[in-house]
Amino acid sequence: MEGLIEFLAMGGYAAFVWPAFAVTAAVMIGLLVVSRRGVRDETRILDALRPGRRRERD
Amino acid sequence: MQRWANPNRFMKLTSALLPWCAGLSALLIGAGLFLGLFVAPPDYQQGESVRIMFVHVPSAWMALMIYTIMAAASAVGLIWKHPVADLVAKACAPIGASFTFVALVTGALWGQPMWGTWWVWDARLTSVLILLFLYVGYIALWQAFDDPSRAAKAAAILALVGFVNIPIIKFSVEWWNTLHQPASVAKLDGPSIHVSLLIPLLVMAAGFTAYFVTVLILRVQREILARRVRVLRLSQRTL
Repeated sequence: MEGLIEFLAMGGYAAFVWPAFAVTAAVMIGLLVVSRRGVRDETRILDALRPGRRRERD
Repeated sequence: MQRWANPNRFMKLTSALLPWCAGLSALLIGAGLFLGLFVAPPDYQQGESVRIMFVHVPSAWMALMIYTIMAAASAVGLIWKHPVADLVAKACAPIGASFTFVALVTGALWGQPMWGTWWVWDARLTSVLILLFLYVGYIALWQAFDDPSRAAKAAAILALVGFVNIPIIKFSVEWWNTLHQPASVAKLDGPSIHVSLLIPLLVMAAGFTAYFVTVLILRVQREILARRVRVLRLSQRTL
């Protein structure tokens, strides 16, 4: 338990280290989610425009 | 490169590649975080705050690398009219902008406890802020035109003109007197940071690169699908 507290304290720099990692994670995960959503949304529109159409053909 | 010019081929190839890139990036970033947070020792001067390096430096490297790829793809699109090149350039921008933002924020979080300030207008920080503006301007240009091929051309010119900022960023810490420290990895005489810090750093950089490829694939796929939608809508309207 003490080891965990010591780890989280980051030698007194916790207020800087953890937000840095948190911002990095938030941005990278957020971007991934938005990008996946983009593909999903366009696929849905495409399927609505041409139901049952093979997606390989342009 | 010719193989990738056919959008259908591109969709097939990248769909097969996607899970591998995603898996690899998760693995490498996981390993990098473990090494950086639990294995790497604290710095004798900076203590535990040095661990910010493991997100700050890879983000900054990505910001520069992605802009370079964006400029190269823009050139290919302009010169050879490669159909996917323009879309690759467009897809790069939000990823590059995100990493630039992360580099600036994590840099500020590192700078405050270590160098006593959240921000300073030195050559390195200022030129990276300009990089962020270039990314945002590039994204805005794509939105500003109704015709995608004109947008692509205008954006490509901005990307190429703005490329001069990349060597400026790289050499800013040598050419000017900066608060930001000079290069300790990408130097002619090799890295000067200890291997115990270098390894996690390189693992994180590799993980971020695999992540970039993953997100780039998704974003280019989205652009190709959007173009198909546009074409279909146009053909249905004229029927």
